[in-house]
Amino acid sequence: MSTLVLLTITGLGLGAMYFLVASGLSLIYGLMGVLNFAHGALITVGAYASWWFGEQLGGGFGVRLLVGGALGILTGAVVAALIELVLVRPLYRRPVEQVLVTVGLALALGALVQGIWGADTKPILIPDWMFDTTSVFGANVPNDRFLEIGIAAAVLVGLTAFLRYTRFGLVIRAGVENRAMVTALGIDVRRAFTIVFALGGALAALAGVLSGVYFNGIDPARGTSLLIFAFIVVVIGGFGSIGGSAIAAVAVALIQQYANYYASSGTGDLAVVLLLAAVLLVRPGGLAPKVAH
Amino acid sequence: MRPALRIGVPVAVVVLLALVPRLPLEIPVVLSGPLDSPGTLQLLALCLLFAGIALSYDLLFGFTGLLSFGHALYVAVGVYVTAVALTRWEWGLLPTLAFVAAVAVALPLVLGAVSLRVGGIAFAMVTLAFAQAGTVLVQKNPYRWTGGEEGTGLNYDEIPDAFVGVLNTKNLYWLALAYAVLVFVVVRLAVGSSAGHVWRAVRENEPRVAVLGLNPYPFKLIAFVLAGFLAVLGGIVWLLLIGGATPEVTTANFTLALLVMVVLGGAGTRYGAMVGGFLYTLLDQRLGSLAGSSEVQGLPDVLRVPLSEPLFLLGTLFVALVFFVPGGLTSLPARLRGLRPRREPLPEKAAT
Amino acid sequence: MSAALTVEGLHVHLGESHVLQGISFEVPSGGVTALLGRNGVGKTTTLRALMGLVPRSRGAITLEGSDVTRLPTHAVVRRGVGYVPEDRDVFAGLTVEENLRLAERDSEPNYALVHDLFPELRQRAGQRAGTLSGGQQQMVAIARALLNRNRVLLVDEPTKGLAPLLVTDVAAALQRAAELTTILLVEQNLPVVQRLASDVVVLDAGRVVHAGPASELLDDPEHIRRLLGVHGGGH
Repeated sequence: MSTLVLLTITGLGLGAMYFLVASGLSLIYGLMGVLNFAHGALITVGAYASWWFGEQLGGGFGVRLLVGGALGILTGAVVAALIELVLVRPLYRRPVEQVLVTVGLALALGALVQGIWGADTKPILIPDWMFDTTSVFGANVPNDRFLEIGIAAAVLVGLTAFLRYTRFGLVIRAGVENRAMVTALGIDVRRAFTIVFALGGALAALAGVLSGVYFNGIDPARGTSLLIFAFIVVVIGGFGSIGGSAIAAVAVALIQQYANYYASSGTGDLAVVLLLAAVLLVRPGGLAPKVAH
Repeated sequence: MRPALRIGVPVAVVVLLALVPRLPLEIPVVLSGPLDSPGTLQLLALCLLFAGIALSYDLLFGFTGLLSFGHALYVAVGVYVTAVALTRWEWGLLPTLAFVAAVAVALPLVLGAVSLRVGGIAFAMVTLAFAQAGTVLVQKNPYRWTGGEEGTGLNYDEIPDAFVGVLNTKNLYWLALAYAVLVFVVVRLAVGSSAGHVWRAVRENEPRVAVLGLNPYPFKLIAFVLAGFLAVLGGIVWLLLIGGATPEVTTANFTLALLVMVVLGGAGTRYGAMVGGFLYTLLDQRLGSLAGSSEVQGLPDVLRVPLSEPLFLLGTLFVALVFFVPGGLTSLPARLRGLRPRREPLPEKAAT
Repeated sequence: MSAALTVEGLHVHLGESHVLQGISFEVPSGGVTALLGRNGVGKTTTLRALMGLVPRSRGAITLEGSDVTRLPTHAVVRRGVGYVPEDRDVFAGLTVEENLRLAERDSEPNYALVHDLFPELRQRAGQRAGTLSGGQQQMVAIARALLNRNRVLLVDEPTKGLAPLLVTDVAAALQRAAELTTILLVEQNLPVVQRLASDVVVLDAGRVVHAGPASELLDDPEHIRRLLGVHGGGH
């Protein structure tokens, strides 16, 4: 029982990261039709930026994480905005070339990070309270899991509110449904594109920062491995749907955790792939409603 | 181009390539040893191999418009299934080849049948997911077959002597050349066939294909199986060339590299993918050696870092290429002459 | 009377197809100009080209004297062009109120007019637009265009698929709108055209084959039959 609880909460922590990455990917694809392979690089950039800022700051681990993390998120947003303005926007209406550019960028950025900081894992130092455990139904759960879940939940609420109550959110929701009609109302969607891309970058960077805590370290391959599962989450949850991403992220992470533990290591990853295949066989459009372009 | 030239030029190129192991020519900077040295032959063999594998991917992406992110899986299958059968199960060569050939048809058939249920981006994601499953399987090292991170060596007992030993590198070179030629001929024939015309139609405008009364699904599946089959064959050659199976063939970077190769040369063109595959491999290997050299390691950080990571240079080059030469390198001659490229550089949207 | 909209030598290629082959016409200010023609001649494409929703290979489009040919869609719209598309294209996931709010451009959108013409929309403000009937969606689509001051309204087959009572309502709404702005109306329903149009432009196979005052054409059933392949007069 306590193992189950531990697995579940750990799984939710992993799901939190999947959700953060997937929600950005989902919005970017839903609104812009761009499959952003560079998203993995943004995760890595966020992780390394926050680590680097933390190192520069020195001082207590908590402060380092907080301030370093905040700066890492900011870096992710800025880098993403630059990518969109310089590389993606000029290729508007050429979706295949947009994907290719993000692929090239993913390779280049990943190699750059590795070149600067090496391929070894950099340890992430966390304050004691995160390291400690809390007893939940007999299971000793490391406190950092609660942090990840809490942050992801806050992001979910915040994003949903943003989409529901702000004008930008309105434009994005409409644009995900029918981009052309939004322009036909006199709205320049391209500004929304940059904002959404930057938002996605910030969320990816946040996931990168949290992954450093979750996995006790960061490495250049982290972005790619998270990205692949995030892609699966987006397909299952449906493009352009935040709620879909959340549900799918939880489902994928939990299945992974349970199968990896109760069956054997690696089975969880295979199970997730099977889940994707099953969903697509039953509902080829994914779980969320259709997205028109 | 006149018909005589059309056949004549490629045949001449193949003959020239076949003669390479007999030529004690040095090409400074580009190659580190004379053409007939084992080291250089090994490198060139690898380049030819990837020319073929890239073309097998182009069949999917450039000619049928299917953006698959899982093609490397089939190369990995060729590498690992052959290695495991020969080394762990200790099968003979012929049974191994027969088995791998059967897998080479069955696996893309099953995976393709599922993946092609969806189109566009979802299809790309599914193929990526299946490739990831392959990666996981290899890492899991079931029954200690695949060797996990370290891979597995090759049991040479069953390999014909002609392919064993450094002195026989030229035979491996010719094998790679034969593979590239085989892929070229097969793809040419397939693309020129009536199925090939449907593939092109699917790439340009899939809804119209359905309207014309044809079901695109079986045609796409055929392309998928054929491309997968050719890739598995490439994997077998890879195994012989490298002398062992390593997980690098299962990484995401490997998959993406295939896409880069095809676009680099020019997707959906006669020679584009092969040129791209050859050139990319050459650059990657040579830049890799350059990166490790003492000259580069001694440079100031600003220069050393980018130069010591071949993928950084290749990735950046690729981005620049997509912007400025979207038709790939083989479209350059026409562009420089001021002509429009022979056909649209890339499918306007991934086939759905 | 000056022209609200002028089109000169407009060519549009869609894929392999040369859909508009150099059309030229004028939309006089203040009236309703009907754009007529059989199915598939390029009427909708014309409106979409005016909006910048399809690429224009050649030609010039002028809006009250200024050239808008090269402008992207949102810029064209901001110059005072309203659009009611053929399939309504309301945002199904948004509520009626959100659909309207999204369409607001001016600092003082004309909700008074909208609520006067379509009181039902006020009642259904919180309803998701995807759950509305075809007729109600059409109301939203028209209301969107009427919220702002526009120099021209481009309206594409507003009565398509609607029950006769609704057709009357829509025609009445357009008549009110015509008092306020110029309208270019694509419509297959001839009685509606007869009621509203002051001028007509007829297309056939991507070219303009007739242009002139509405009464001239509409009073001549033989001419109508030749150009449009339908019977003139009411049905």
